[in-house]
Amino acid sequence: MESREYTPKMPGNWWWKRKTYFLFMIRELTCVFVGGYALFLLLLVAHLDDPEAFAAILDSPILVILQCIALPLVLYHSITWINLTPKVVVLRRGEERVSPLLISGANYIIWVLLSSVILWMVFLDR
Amino acid sequence: MEVNSISETETKIQLEVFRYRPDEGEEVEFESYEVPYRTDWVVLDALNYVKDHIDGTLTFRWSCRMGVCGSCGMMVNGEPKLTCAAFLRDYYPNPIRIEPLSNFPVVRDLVVNMDDFMNKLDTVKAWLVPNEEKPVAEGEYHQTPEELSEFKQYSMCINCMLCYSACPVYGHDSDFIGPAAIALAQRYNLDSRDAGAEERAEAIFSHEGIWKCTFVDDCTRVCPKNVDPAAAIQQAKVTATKDWFRSVLMPRRKK
Repeated sequence: MESREYTPKMPGNWWWKRKTYFLFMIRELTCVFVGGYALFLLLLVAHLDDPEAFAAILDSPILVILQCIALPLVLYHSITWINLTPKVVVLRRGEERVSPLLISGANYIIWVLLSSVILWMVFLDR
Repeated sequence: MEVNSISETETKIQLEVFRYRPDEGEEVEFESYEVPYRTDWVVLDALNYVKDHIDGTLTFRWSCRMGVCGSCGMMVNGEPKLTCAAFLRDYYPNPIRIEPLSNFPVVRDLVVNMDDFMNKLDTVKAWLVPNEEKPVAEGEYHQTPEELSEFKQYSMCINCMLCYSACPVYGHDSDFIGPAAIALAQRYNLDSRDAGAEERAEAIFSHEGIWKCTFVDDCTRVCPKNVDPAAAIQQAKVTATKDWFRSVLMPRRKK
């Protein structure tokens, strides 16, 4: 009987067919830009001893454009992952489960704090 | 239930139903049926109307028609749904396309072969494995409400397989143990009366188990019982990672 069963194959464009699949694939693809931005930072670190080359990298139009593309995608990456943290982290306070909002909220607070420290360091120099 | 035959003046809704008749050939088609539109009818009522009044050869599974048995899962307009909980009024006046659950081999019409899922429940030992078998005379195994709350959510699973149908990882590779089986394994691992975690570990903490999951989270979205299988899998990943670090950093410590 088994050979008479109908087994459809998943089409190559499966991730176009449902919004949740599409958003998932976008989240997966954003990691390329997260990695790309990390390479960009490493490139800057490698030229720390050469102020002129350092400035040239920062002023490079191609790299500025790439950063403009990377920013929204990296934000999407961070926000979607932070929103998923309550599913992974289950904390209990006595009998009750710590509210999922508190867990993702804590991630946002740490994010804002770290970003503020970095901004403060940047403007300290000016 | 007395269903009046269709009258000319009655409002109707169109069903487009997937048909596969292996005894008549390999081809697959969609057949259209017009059924009465009633605001209190669900898709399953409409299918039963077709079976009783239009085409008795249409084949589908159903039983309780109240979201408990998990038999009537089908694709309704491309979404995995319990057809007993999918109201016609949410689709009217558009036609409704009904297909068998995706990612499973189709036996006939809307009936899929669920052997693979049944074997997976077996692989993960989705039942209570007590530390030592106690004779009935010694009474019940006690459990506090807090201990119950650890796993209660995962115990709500009705084996309807909608999560498998929503999972693109399972769709690509049916070796993946999959959402419901892992959630059910967690259900027993987290049960204070159970001592089978080690026996389940091989199946769950393997590549075909939790590590194949890419956290699409669609299993959780389609689950009619709010089991949240995606969370069960990610939490099992955390447990497995912690265990690994513990075994590396503190090799002499007992589990």
